[in-house]
Amino acid sequence: MSATWLGIWSLASRELKRFLRQRNRVFGALAQPVLFWALFGGGLDPSFRAAGRSNIGYVEYFFPGTIVLTLLFTAIFTTISIIEDRNAGFLQSVLVAPVGRESIVCGKILGTTILAVGQAILVLALAPLTGIDVSAIELVAGIALLVLMAVGLAGLGFAIAWRMDSTQGFHAIMTAFLMPMWFLSGAFFPAAGLPAWLATLVTINPLTYGLAAFRRVLYLGEPAVTADLPGFGISLLVMITFALSMVTLAMWLARDHNLSKRAA
Amino acid sequence: MTSVAAGDSNTTHTTPQGVVHAEGLSYRYGERRALDRVSLTVARGEVFGVLGPNGGGKTTLFRILSTLVDADEGTLTMAGFRLPSEKRGARSLLGVLFQKPALDGKLSVEENLHHHGSLYGLSGQSLRTAIDRSTERLGIADRRRDRAEALSGGLQRRVELAKSLMTEPKILILDEPSTGLDPGARQDLWRYLAHLRSEDGTTILLTTHLMDEADRCDRIAILDAGRAVAMGTPDELKRRIGGDVITIRSRRPDDAAATVERVTGQRVTRIGDLIRLEHANAHVWVRQLFEVLSEDVVGISLAKPTLEDVFVRETGHRFWNEE
Repeated sequence: MSATWLGIWSLASRELKRFLRQRNRVFGALAQPVLFWALFGGGLDPSFRAAGRSNIGYVEYFFPGTIVLTLLFTAIFTTISIIEDRNAGFLQSVLVAPVGRESIVCGKILGTTILAVGQAILVLALAPLTGIDVSAIELVAGIALLVLMAVGLAGLGFAIAWRMDSTQGFHAIMTAFLMPMWFLSGAFFPAAGLPAWLATLVTINPLTYGLAAFRRVLYLGEPAVTADLPGFGISLLVMITFALSMVTLAMWLARDHNLSKRAA
Repeated sequence: MTSVAAGDSNTTHTTPQGVVHAEGLSYRYGERRALDRVSLTVARGEVFGVLGPNGGGKTTLFRILSTLVDADEGTLTMAGFRLPSEKRGARSLLGVLFQKPALDGKLSVEENLHHHGSLYGLSGQSLRTAIDRSTERLGIADRRRDRAEALSGGLQRRVELAKSLMTEPKILILDEPSTGLDPGARQDLWRYLAHLRSEDGTTILLTTHLMDEADRCDRIAILDAGRAVAMGTPDELKRRIGGDVITIRSRRPDDAAATVERVTGQRVTRIGDLIRLEHANAHVWVRQLFEVLSEDVVGISLAKPTLEDVFVRETGHRFWNEE
């Protein structure tokens, strides 16, 4: 293993160990979305069906959104630790180690992606309960899309957390920006028939395309279910662009340069 | 991306000027100059202390020397690498001990060391050997499986030391290493630093606000308000005082200061209510001054000069401003 990979892997595996040793984090990232799914899914299913918003029930509709929420929560939990690490002093010793800042970004994103997708797969295992029939190819393609989304969300979380000096600040951004991003991605309700301003927000939201691609893959055999969503090609393109640009942004913010005086 | 081997030989990386060579380092936080044209040279195997009150610029200097931030002005060479351009090379030869414990509390001692070694390019057998050696040297071999957060402050500091030593640094930089350590642990730390210097030839650079700690260094720089006001061996600096120190506390300090100056024919230093003077024959003067000032004297003392006296002499104010 080259020194660069050694550094990246060491940083990533630290994420995994830390995460698994903090039970409340496992609960937050995994149990919370599932709980939301059970409660919202069960609670809203009758009115969703009555309104004829979709040709599937709400328990089923909300399921892919729940999986994306798992990714989002995990990305938030792992990147918020950047702020804790900085305040505790741990980050400083990583910053003066002979590893590039790109490695620090990659280590964080790799660790986050493994954790996020790992948990998303656990949630995905509940698919039979919803009536979604996942074939082997749908599963593989779906996981690949989840990886892409997790990378983008981890990069976004990293970029937000890097310059921040308090976890409260991060929580504020989570409430004002990250959660709405998820709400307006088609995870919670379909975009069809929304007021224009909401529809615009849905259209410019990169997560919309992540979910669209993911839904299209889950319903490969039933294209009618996903007919209203953005096409697969454009969705995939947006997701790749999102992931790449978030990783680049994180690396740019974390670069080893005096501009980040305060952040050091 | 290139990797830098941790074991480069000393000879190729030691410039004639010293292992650490800084010239005219300045650093600003907005308008405030935290560091103002500081120059220093540290020789291989030297224990060099940066002494100063809190807010004097020690921490800023430490952050620059540890490669955490770049100086706004000035040049810096560490172990033959120019900073900031050759940061990566310098980092592979530096060991840095921060004031705050840089351990992951959720990981065991061994996992912390494993992680740290990996960042310095150690793996496999060499990583295991480094962990074994450093934990044994620091006497924490029996704590390897303990979670870092469960250890006492003194033990955490030892783990940190093990961590920064496992990569066999040429230069070890410590920020206020005694902070949070009980006297016993401080003795251990110094014994260990002395050992490290003599066995491995490690150059040690530390910041401190403790006079007795500065006294144990080969050479020190005194930092005040961002400037290096004095530099030399502790004895050299004390000798500059030119004698012993008389300190007088008086009920009427203004009158007393005038009297003392008249009697001794020497300028005195006033620090609040205290009158201070240095003289080669101080012991002769003490008795005489005590008699001349008689009732006004609350206390009069005679002492060998300390680094605190050096600080007062060089800056004109007390080391502990808050007192």
